[in-house]
Amino acid sequence: MTMFGELQKISQHLSKNRQPHHSGAPILRVQDISVSYETGVAISNIGFELDVGDRLAIVGPNGAGKSTLLKVIAGIINSTSGNIQIFGHDPGGHICIAYVPQRNQVDWEFPVTVADVVMMGRVGQMGLFRNAKERDWKLVHQALEIMGLESYIKRQISQLSVGQQQRMFIARALAQEAELILMDEPLTGLDASLQEEAFRILDSLQSLDVTVLVSHHDVKAVAKRFDHVLLLNKEMLGIGRVDQVLTSENLSIAYGVDLDVVTTDDDTLALGDMYGDDKA
Amino acid sequence: MIEFILEPLQYAFMVRGIIAAVLVGIVCAVVGTYVVLRGMAFFGDALAHSILPGVAIGYLVGGGARPVLFWWALIAAIFSSLGIGAISRSTKIKEDTAIGVIFAGMFALGVALISTVRSYSIDLAHFLFGDVLGIQNSDLLLVLIFGGLVLFTIFAFYKEFMVLSFDPILAITLRLPVRTLEVVLLILIAVSIVVALQTVGVALTVAMLVTPAATAYLITKRLQSMMIIGVTVASVSGIIGLYLSYYLNIASGAAIVLTCTATFGLIWGVQSVRGKF
Repeated sequence: MTMFGELQKISQHLSKNRQPHHSGAPILRVQDISVSYETGVAISNIGFELDVGDRLAIVGPNGAGKSTLLKVIAGIINSTSGNIQIFGHDPGGHICIAYVPQRNQVDWEFPVTVADVVMMGRVGQMGLFRNAKERDWKLVHQALEIMGLESYIKRQISQLSVGQQQRMFIARALAQEAELILMDEPLTGLDASLQEEAFRILDSLQSLDVTVLVSHHDVKAVAKRFDHVLLLNKEMLGIGRVDQVLTSENLSIAYGVDLDVVTTDDDTLALGDMYGDDKA
Repeated sequence: MIEFILEPLQYAFMVRGIIAAVLVGIVCAVVGTYVVLRGMAFFGDALAHSILPGVAIGYLVGGGARPVLFWWALIAAIFSSLGIGAISRSTKIKEDTAIGVIFAGMFALGVALISTVRSYSIDLAHFLFGDVLGIQNSDLLLVLIFGGLVLFTIFAFYKEFMVLSFDPILAITLRLPVRTLEVVLLILIAVSIVVALQTVGVALTVAMLVTPAATAYLITKRLQSMMIIGVTVASVSGIIGLYLSYYLNIASGAAIVLTCTATFGLIWGVQSVRGKF
């Protein structure tokens, strides 16, 4: 019976140990990554490294390949060429990467509670037939506490506010004990106060030594709140400190329009709102 | 009242029919939870229809012996479900189109095969609409074994199927064997359909997969309670349906499905009324 064969295969897979972390290797090393779809090249020759606790924003116009880059790093899609290492290893053996989905990718009517969703982060480490153990619950409660969601634990997920929904997915990543969190457009569709809240959460992640990679299409928000940025439009147009990368020259290459660059009091860049048609 | 309940039970065929209806209801409601949540109703319906050539070959080979039908139906179901997956993966054709192509082709093949037999219309109706009251002990045993296997697998991979259905991307980042789990789920749906064939027939099987689970979906916020409520709706409807069939003299498969549909309608109605006040 093939089904028994399959059962065995899954059971072996689930009990397989995780890859060890090489000491000294960066948490993420992206080497010369290119991805092509049937419709053309999505990203080409991307290469950079992240150390533990780094926070990097990937910024670029719609269609620049930001989601593609995040998905390659998460192992959701394969690269056409190049390679990615997590702590010096192939990403396939690691479950320390978490991917926070875009809001519209989630079925909010799915019959699960907040606790169920956060517990899903533990599933990779539980094993077949096993229920959540004490340690799993401890991590779930801890994550919910950090994200301020303890009192919503039994809510069905559609009963949360937009900000709470986002915090739930970050709590799931924490319960997963993720060391690298990838967030695809987490700021999109949030109003100013919710964006502010999201940035506070990002700050708290940094204090937990979690490495965070965030994509966003709005240069202005990124310029104000991130120290390091990767400017992307299919190719890497720059990586490094915001004031070095988001120059008017680079931005006009990336966005294909001339942008004003203004230096403000607190020495960050505010940019002319030339692309007010943000998808909300 | 007691007389009303006990009278049909003096017939062994009614007792066997009720046991079969309850077993099928339990298996289909549990698997149906995933069918509903993953939006696979069309897949389920198509798969049920595409087992007809298997049933026909089984009929021609075994001369009407039901266990033979069961095995051939199982082969046809697994072949079709994996075929649909293979076409939509390997070509640019979308899955619902692949389903349409396979389903219509297989169903036509079934009709063609059955039409070579003389008593064509009677036999076709039998396959299309089921014959739960003609069920034998050997059939019940098959339902029990395969239904048990399906339930065992669902519970063994409960967490994994939940993650896969809610957030396939998380399943990948947790390095779960996504492709294998998806194939296992398709096989489970195929087996459930063949099991359901015993009670409601090819044409109505999708109702057993979808209606009880959909009814449960209306009133629950957790996956496990959706399964439990679905199982309750399905097994109670199976019993009530067979009594209706006995006393009103209507086709048993149709009576079971109509009872499920009525339950869905009732709960939907109550919810709509409640929502207005």
